[in-house]
Amino acid sequence: MPKVLREKIKRIENIAPGIFLMNIESGYIAENAKPGQFVNIKCCEGLNALLRRPISICRVDRSEGTFDIVFQVKGTGTEFLCRKQAGETVDLIGPLGNSFDIDDKYENIAVVGGGIGIFPLLFLLNEKKATKKTAFLGFRNKELIVLRKEFEQASDKLNISTDDGSEGYNGLITDLLEKDIVQAGYDMIYTCGPTPMIKKVCNIADSSSIKCQVSLEQRMGCGIGACLVCACKTKYGDDWEYSHVCKDGPVFSSSEVIFE
Amino acid sequence: MKNINTQVNIAGLKLKNPVITASGSFGFGREYSEYMDLNKLGGISVKGLTLKPRQGNRPPRIAETPAGILNSVGLQNPGVEAFIKNEIPFLRQFDTAIIANIAGNTVEDYCQMAEILSDADIDAIELNLSCPNTKEGCMIFGISPNGVASITNQVKKYCKKPLIVKLTPNVTNIMAIAEAAEAGGADAVSLINTILGMAIDINTRRPILANNFGGLSGPAVKPVALRMVYEAATRVKIPVIGMGGISTADDAIEFMLAGASAVMVGTANFAYPAVCVEIADGIATYIQKHNYDNIYDIIGKLELNT
Repeated sequence: MPKVLREKIKRIENIAPGIFLMNIESGYIAENAKPGQFVNIKCCEGLNALLRRPISICRVDRSEGTFDIVFQVKGTGTEFLCRKQAGETVDLIGPLGNSFDIDDKYENIAVVGGGIGIFPLLFLLNEKKATKKTAFLGFRNKELIVLRKEFEQASDKLNISTDDGSEGYNGLITDLLEKDIVQAGYDMIYTCGPTPMIKKVCNIADSSSIKCQVSLEQRMGCGIGACLVCACKTKYGDDWEYSHVCKDGPVFSSSEVIFE
Repeated sequence: MKNINTQVNIAGLKLKNPVITASGSFGFGREYSEYMDLNKLGGISVKGLTLKPRQGNRPPRIAETPAGILNSVGLQNPGVEAFIKNEIPFLRQFDTAIIANIAGNTVEDYCQMAEILSDADIDAIELNLSCPNTKEGCMIFGISPNGVASITNQVKKYCKKPLIVKLTPNVTNIMAIAEAAEAGGADAVSLINTILGMAIDINTRRPILANNFGGLSGPAVKPVALRMVYEAATRVKIPVIGMGGISTADDAIEFMLAGASAVMVGTANFAYPAVCVEIADGIATYIQKHNYDNIYDIIGKLELNT
């Protein structure tokens, strides 16, 4: 059950241009969060950045009672958030949303992440018991590659691509997935990232009849399922309906999402 | 501490305190019940209902703007029958007033919903003549005095509950509109709904909202709302419910001094899910601090500078 919490920032680090990792002390989140869930953060008091900012949980440490979020500075809210210091408190609601299905029956999994969409997938890899875990991560360029070591440790094989070829495969990460898909024998694919990428991943998975779960993003209001602004199209029998990313998601099955 | 009486009576609608959650910001209360005690609310004005279920507008439906937000949800809701079947039983577990907010495309829609809801277990009906976010535009009913008087008068014939008419600020003369609602038989008016606005992404050269325009709410609209509530309250004898950017008890007290008998709180719920309880407590504290007897010692007690 989500709670409104005021938690202490233990550490904040600028890990790449415009990208920050924040380690927050919270026994409650560490204990209760599941991969795919997010926290909704009030980045500042007062009249700026009125709404909370939803940010995926990237890692939990249950023994020390902390969790990590990683965020890119994109606007007023994250601008305030990145200037917070260790020792300050942060007002957050969490853990929110549903989570990835990490049932033990999936034994050979792949995660496909792009840019700042990779973070919930690290949490997933660390929690998922599977005999084989393969990670595919795509970035714009070498400078923006983050948490490489952590993904290496959490997976059996890490594939990296960059749009400009400055590191790893030169091109789209979905090219690598596509090449690999026939012989790899995945029984589940999880994806999070830019819409064109996740759409492609869903197509690849569907055409190979592999189950696929996708974590979606949409501009949110309340974050708890009341205001109905973060709508996404999903199948409803032969018809469609608007589901809501914050409460019905952020994780959806590729077979239920309708990409526009 | 003496027992502070913050009860208000709005045209037969008894509220334990003057704080109501504004329609569209609070769903049907379910989600917020995890964060607060709904028994502490004066009332809940539920998500705007239509005769048939509605899917609402394409996303993005929200854009943050300085001290406010623009929204264009477009009345996504399960329809009036599903509300009666699934939501009223949940809401009735709590000791708080249920206000059904209704919106329609035609006068007949409004009348039919008022008739159906008059036999349901709710406490009042709020006539939404002011949603700026639907193509058909129920706001069309709310922008002329004749339109407001006429639809209010029609709906009143079918309505057996206290009828609150919610006014749009997207008009030239709010006083004439409020008077028209009163003349049409409204038991109370509530204002303001959102102010029609726009936000543009300069990189894509497109509006942020898929619907292009949306309704502005939040602290940014408060001074405009306060002025309109004051103007309406000076013109009508029926109670006025004030709203527009209320985030604190001080904000709420400003509206009450300006003439509001109760207040509605919308956008602030998004950032602080239990803010309405804090606002209700803050009003009680203010009454106690000033040694007033009850809430009526605040309502309309504004003294203008001469």
